[in-house]
Amino acid sequence: MEIIMIVLAGILFGFAVYNILQKQLLRIIIGTALLSHAAHLFILTMGKLKRGAAPILTEGTENYTDPLPQALILTSIVISFGVTSLLLVLAYRAVKTNGTDNMEELRGNEHD
Amino acid sequence: MTNLAILPILIPFLAGILLAFTHNRIQLTRRLAMVFALIHLIAMGFLLFKVLLDGSIVLEAGDWIAPYGIILVLDPLSTLLVLTSSIILLAVVWYAPASVSEEQEGFYFYTFVFLLVTGVSGAFVTGDLFNLFVFFEVLLMASYALITHGGKKVQLRESIKYVLINLFSSMLFVTAVSYIYAVLGTVNMAQLAERAAATDQPGIITTVAILLFFVFATKGAAFPLYYWMPHSYIVPNPVVSALFGALLTKVGVYSLIRTFTLIFHQQPEIIDQLFLWVGNLTMLFGVIGALASRNIKLIVAYNIIPAIGFMLVGIGIFNHDGLSGSIYYLLQDMIVKAALFLLAGTIAAVAGTADINKMGGMIRSHPVLGWMFFLAGLVLAGVPPFSGFIGKLLLVRGAFEKGETVTVIIMLLTSLLILLSIVRAFIRIFWGEGETATQQTRHSTRRLIPVGFLMLFTVFLGVGAEAILPTVQQIADYLLNPQEYIDLVLKGGR
Repeated sequence: MEIIMIVLAGILFGFAVYNILQKQLLRIIIGTALLSHAAHLFILTMGKLKRGAAPILTEGTENYTDPLPQALILTSIVISFGVTSLLLVLAYRAVKTNGTDNMEELRGNEHD
Repeated sequence: MTNLAILPILIPFLAGILLAFTHNRIQLTRRLAMVFALIHLIAMGFLLFKVLLDGSIVLEAGDWIAPYGIILVLDPLSTLLVLTSSIILLAVVWYAPASVSEEQEGFYFYTFVFLLVTGVSGAFVTGDLFNLFVFFEVLLMASYALITHGGKKVQLRESIKYVLINLFSSMLFVTAVSYIYAVLGTVNMAQLAERAAATDQPGIITTVAILLFFVFATKGAAFPLYYWMPHSYIVPNPVVSALFGALLTKVGVYSLIRTFTLIFHQQPEIIDQLFLWVGNLTMLFGVIGALASRNIKLIVAYNIIPAIGFMLVGIGIFNHDGLSGSIYYLLQDMIVKAALFLLAGTIAAVAGTADINKMGGMIRSHPVLGWMFFLAGLVLAGVPPFSGFIGKLLLVRGAFEKGETVTVIIMLLTSLLILLSIVRAFIRIFWGEGETATQQTRHSTRRLIPVGFLMLFTVFLGVGAEAILPTVQQIADYLLNPQEYIDLVLKGGR
């Protein structure tokens, strides 16, 4: 199971990077969203996938799930959700003001 | 008394929230912002005094003992940096009314400034690698708001690149943290240090270390990852540039110092060489960028990069003098960069342009501004009585001790070129014939007082080095001996 998850995360990383390297702004944003998904899946897998009891510390609990990766992912999901929505608004404003969503044309020059 | 460790985060956070409520009463907001910044400065000064006197303070949030809960550590290094950032906060809040338009101030400007400082302080005091990521996001979120504040065309254009590069490196940070968690099974820095030292597979830890180096080097603008920095730092208001230039890249450098002295020093032959060469190239390429620019703001922004190079070299030298030099340079560079950005902003506002070829003869109408800029340039280049010299002296001594002659040559050459870039800008702007059209002269005195306040500290850091150097050297010893940090944090957890 871990192998499948790792491969999936790898594929997501690949797609994310491919999308980030595009010229269209919206594709880049989709790329960053995919990148965060990939990173989150990766954390989940790195904490070992297993099923078992809730992580409550009592005597004799042997098979429990590690709560830490889940806590990390939750935090990270909230952050990347916020950043993605901010990025969407920012991109909208930038496109409105600059009149283009092509990164080549958003390159700018030395003198402004 | 351990609760004191929350103060560096709590004061600016509450201040930011309170200032959001008064945002449409500009005069009140300005005064309150000054008061809060002053309170923050005094509180941090008190904390440093206390930490140096009674030893470090560790707060285990919610009484979750060390390796399990989130901890905040006020040790001499983090307290000193928190104090320095509070000095910059005060200067920036002081300078802001002269530079930021009232309309912009009304759009929660001070709230974002204080929230940025919240994130910066949090990153300095946290003792948990994942929490470091969270505080990075806090400060980046505020910086996203500040870099677009005003909503000019060029700002929006550059901010997209800024947000994207930071988002990408943040996600790499999360990935690196999960690698570390898989290998060492914890994210608490002290426990990481303990387990990393005991591991029998230094190779995998070095691999993760290099991934993490990539993340922090992107945030800290080291070669070859600085390309995003200069242009995005010059587009916002000079106040924001000063805040970014003084604090944001330095948080990256602090993270490098902290993690690489504490956790990732398993294979020094690889890590040290990596730091040395990245540092060397950062210095050279940064200063070449500064020499090639004709925009005063861009010259200052490019001058951040060689400073980062100096600090990286200090980490790479990894002996007593090297690390003290790195820390000293870090402290003084935060202050002098803030001063330089504010000066560059003043010059651009007075001249009505940022292009140094279009200026000239400004020394006649603005002598104080001119000499302050000259003084800041000398500090930056490390001319003897000033603070830059002390840091460089320590670095050069450390490098010779380690036998890194090439690094010494590059450091000295870079200092010379930094001096050239600043003095050339000074000559173009202030000497020569012709008077640049002077606009907004009424503001120039109000702008110069906060800069003078910062210059006071840089001069003190140079002339009064005797007072601060022992503390810095003590910190370097403390960094060279990670066991001290481990014992400090994990005392109750075993």
